[in-house]
Amino acid sequence: MKNRIKVLRAEKDLTQAELAKQLSVSRQTVNAIEKGKFDPSLPLAFKLSSLFGKSIEEIFQNEE
Amino acid sequence: MSSNLYIYLSIMKKIEENWECNSRKSNLNLALWTGAWVISMAIASFGPKFIWNENESISIIAILINLGFGIALILANRKHLNGLDELQRKIQLEAMGISLGVAVIFGLSYSMLDTTNLISYDAEISHLVILISLTYLGGIIIGNLRYR
Repeated sequence: MKNRIKVLRAEKDLTQAELAKQLSVSRQTVNAIEKGKFDPSLPLAFKLSSLFGKSIEEIFQNEE
Repeated sequence: MSSNLYIYLSIMKKIEENWECNSRKSNLNLALWTGAWVISMAIASFGPKFIWNENESISIIAILINLGFGIALILANRKHLNGLDELQRKIQLEAMGISLGVAVIFGLSYSMLDTTNLISYDAEISHLVILISLTYLGGIIIGNLRYR
């Protein structure tokens, strides 16, 4: 699954560590999600959605 | 409005600090119980010969203490796993799944080699424990490299 987390994070001027702290996960998890290596759970996706003020569909796109 | 935002930010900050703090605490707790269990295992194993001269009562007490520390270690590990984030849990699950499979498959094959006298020595449980530990360690390393 593709996502725009890296771009949205840059817009908010957040480092991976800062974003991880706000999501209560490790920096490794944020990095793996950004690179598309790991798909987050629905609760974590909702947290990202509320943090960036975007809908889940605006952050994540399914790769066909 | 601004006071609501301040309260929200304060709560969020507390949650963030709590997660990191809890994670550190559970790591330390797991390390302490693992250390206590290993030391008590060494004492229960070598004590009868080198410390208390095969006294049965002391040996039973040492084994019971080791068992108690073992139970505490299991509970500490459970707490540690519950405190991990979802990716860390996935890595742990994959590593544990592989090590459990290896333990069952290779353990039974190893046991059959012993019962059919195809190996000259007795199959020791310690060999299986070493195999499980190395497989688990390998699984954790590979999992961390994969999601780096």
